[in-house]
Amino acid sequence: MTQKTATRERRYVEAWNDAIASAPDVSAELRALRESAIAKFEEVGFPTARRGNEAWKYTDVAPIASADFDDLVPPLPVRVATEALDQHIMGGSVWNRMVFVDGHWVPSLTSLPSLPPQVTVTSLARAMSLHPHLVRDLGHYQSYDESGFTALNTAFLRDGAVLIVPHDTVVEEPIHFIYLSSSEGRSSVTQPRTLVSMGRNSKAAVIESYGALTDSASLTNAVSEFVLDEGAHLDAWRLQQHSAEAYHVGSAQVRLGRNSRFTSGAFDFGGAIARHTLSVALEGEGSECTLYGLYMTNGGQHVDNQVLVEHVAPHTTSEQIYKGVLNGKSRGVFHGSITVQQAAQKTNAKQTDRNLLLSDEAEVDTKPALWIYADDVRCGHGAACGKLDDSALFYLQSRGIDEASAKRMLVHGFANEVLDHVGLTPLRVHLEQLITATLRSSERHA
Amino acid sequence: MVSPDSLAQAEYKYGFVTDIEEETAPRGLTEDTIRWISAKKQEPEFMLEWRLRAFRHFLTLVEKEQSPKWANVHYPPINFADGVYYAAPKKDRPESLEDVDKELLDTYEKLGIPLEEQKRLAGVAVDAVFDSVSVATTFKETLSKQGIIFGSFNEAVQEHPELVRKYLGSVVPYTDNFYAALNSAVFSDGSFCYIPKGVRCPLELSTYFRINAAEAGQFERTLIIAEEGSYVSYLEGCSAPMRDTNQLHAAVVELVAMDNAEIKYSTIQNWYPGDENGVGGIYNFVTKRGKCAGNNSKISWTQVETGSAITWKYPSVLLQGDNSIGEFYSVALTRGYQQADTGTKMVHLGKNTRSKIISKGISAGHGQNTYRGLVKVMPRASDARNFTQCDSLLIGDQCGAHTSPYVEVQNSSAHLEHEAFTSRVSEEQLFYCQQRGMSAEDANSLIINGFCKEVFQQLPFEFAVEATRLLEVSLEGSVG
Repeated sequence: MTQKTATRERRYVEAWNDAIASAPDVSAELRALRESAIAKFEEVGFPTARRGNEAWKYTDVAPIASADFDDLVPPLPVRVATEALDQHIMGGSVWNRMVFVDGHWVPSLTSLPSLPPQVTVTSLARAMSLHPHLVRDLGHYQSYDESGFTALNTAFLRDGAVLIVPHDTVVEEPIHFIYLSSSEGRSSVTQPRTLVSMGRNSKAAVIESYGALTDSASLTNAVSEFVLDEGAHLDAWRLQQHSAEAYHVGSAQVRLGRNSRFTSGAFDFGGAIARHTLSVALEGEGSECTLYGLYMTNGGQHVDNQVLVEHVAPHTTSEQIYKGVLNGKSRGVFHGSITVQQAAQKTNAKQTDRNLLLSDEAEVDTKPALWIYADDVRCGHGAACGKLDDSALFYLQSRGIDEASAKRMLVHGFANEVLDHVGLTPLRVHLEQLITATLRSSERHA
Repeated sequence: MVSPDSLAQAEYKYGFVTDIEEETAPRGLTEDTIRWISAKKQEPEFMLEWRLRAFRHFLTLVEKEQSPKWANVHYPPINFADGVYYAAPKKDRPESLEDVDKELLDTYEKLGIPLEEQKRLAGVAVDAVFDSVSVATTFKETLSKQGIIFGSFNEAVQEHPELVRKYLGSVVPYTDNFYAALNSAVFSDGSFCYIPKGVRCPLELSTYFRINAAEAGQFERTLIIAEEGSYVSYLEGCSAPMRDTNQLHAAVVELVAMDNAEIKYSTIQNWYPGDENGVGGIYNFVTKRGKCAGNNSKISWTQVETGSAITWKYPSVLLQGDNSIGEFYSVALTRGYQQADTGTKMVHLGKNTRSKIISKGISAGHGQNTYRGLVKVMPRASDARNFTQCDSLLIGDQCGAHTSPYVEVQNSSAHLEHEAFTSRVSEEQLFYCQQRGMSAEDANSLIINGFCKEVFQQLPFEFAVEATRLLEVSLEGSVG
């Protein structure tokens, strides 16, 4: 690491020494995990956009790495502006909900009305002190060897959400984890963590929402781990609606056991720089995953989705559909990779990335890759990029629909290929509202 | 049905060695080597200076260890200081074909290249490059009547220095990449072709490259310039003896197409691929790029890559002129322990530019085949259009097929589509053919040929026949 970058990382190391290293009431395991993670962070640092750093080829995180955030270890705010919370609430009084502000769990905003008694939903901090056996897997799935951001999250690990569904249990209503930064007039760094463990033949749906109570140039550096045992079924939706000044970096690691099924949806609307890495390992024979994504950007936003699917076992199936709508001077990046290991015969894998460019200054960089080491497979990918269809636009206008409405209709139609798979009505309604609001705001700026 | 054990190494029939007296450059790579080569070629001063600039740049790259490492190929580090950078048959270049060394004529005879104008491939003008030098060019006079300049690069340097000076490095500058820098410093010969304004070249032009010397690398340079409204179809073939050491082939090809000009460039690459254990074979590290400099110009690359231990090659097109067209058709076969990382780059700069990429990869044995491509639409390239299809076929469970395309779009009016599909030969198709009485081998061969058809169709007729045969021979024993 060069001298200059070292100073960027040193602030975090110092903050860690001050606030985390000496923190009481943590288990020896957690202490060891944090220590090794901060050492790793010191070693690898923030990723740089230098030549040859393929994973970060299109995303320069220098603005994040050199940003002078006010709070690197923000305290729990004294007062939480609940009125600003409403825009993040979905599912009324039926859904289960946990709210985290600046990385701390807020019990008063949490409601778990419809959980089967054997299911555990708790904060990571509580789980670590009360039931350490529940979280012994923490950090085992998400390796922090390669990414400085993941190492940073692990080093600053304090709180987060834990969901443990025992075998043969179905959780009917979704569980919604809301991570917010509050930062009244201050910029902060929060490091949310989510751990979901699904027992044999269990079923559940979770939503992770990321946002802010007040707009600020804060950084959210999230890490999630999902582990599915044999025959488990999990839907995991992720909604990122930060302000256009905020930074968001996230990664999720998914491990799929035999015959398990994982469906995810990633919806990115906010962030000056938003980068998310989703890694799915199909480790059990017959496991399946379907990964959807929709990103909508405007202004100078930069959204980067990395989707890495690894077929380890035979008879596994994966499908990815990611779509982007880009406006203003924004930039959308997609890297999808499908790796089929030699043992993973009879793999079926599909990957699609489609982008709609609504402005002349927007940019799309897409990189769909296949790495195939088995022969009895069917693997395909497609990527496309273009503007709105002129003849469709003309057709709608010829029927008396004004241009702006016609464009909105076509964009909704484009997004519906993803939204149609969102079975949770409140989430779908919320997403459609976000799309409309984003389009209207870009019309105003146009 | 398809068993890796049955994967016999099909015979490489071009593996013989020509016993001929050769003159080689002193071993090693220093400024003196460059001066030695340049002096040998009696080059004008500007060439030597250009070579030295390239060499100094190359040294900085070596120092910074900037040999390309991103490709999906694996080989031990190359000791550039230990190579031999020039080897040539001792006799001077003959005035006419009658004076050509019999050994050489026999060599080309064996390769099936009609230097003696036996009309076997009627209507093809051939420039034969043996190790570092061009040994013969046929049909020169017929061509020169129309003002077409076709011959060795060295001759062009002597006779048309102004053209060489103007275009050399204009598409692939010596700073382009590691191997382009090396080539620019030490290149020995190659082909040069200039088609004047409005001329449609009446013959297919062809260069046949042969590596013979055991230790020398081949570093040739091809430069083709098509002036306004002209057309040329150019073919390139290559082979090398079977040796258990690896030889380096680092060529540079530059194409320039002016307004309304069209260049069609076809390659059948059949360098020695190494033996069944992956010993020996050519390292084929080549930079090929065409520039559609003029409006309405067109450059089309077609390649059939069956040889080389390692292929690292990305024939590209810079679509600078408005309405220009770039095409890339490729069949790449890897078997044994061959590795190929090949593809193309289409850079859209002008308005209404179009590009099309059709890539077919076949992996057998322990072969690893990677398609790597870039389609880039620059901000001012409005209404650009690209279609990309890259399919891979896997034969046996020890091989790999990989696809790594990059799409970068900076203009909203661009319309791009990329598709890729990977599988093995479908059992239904095989069953259908066999049920009609075909043997498993014939059925496979039929299906594989069908898989490559779109690319083979682009080749000039004789080449298409040769390519089909080459594929059949190469895959012999791999299937069935």
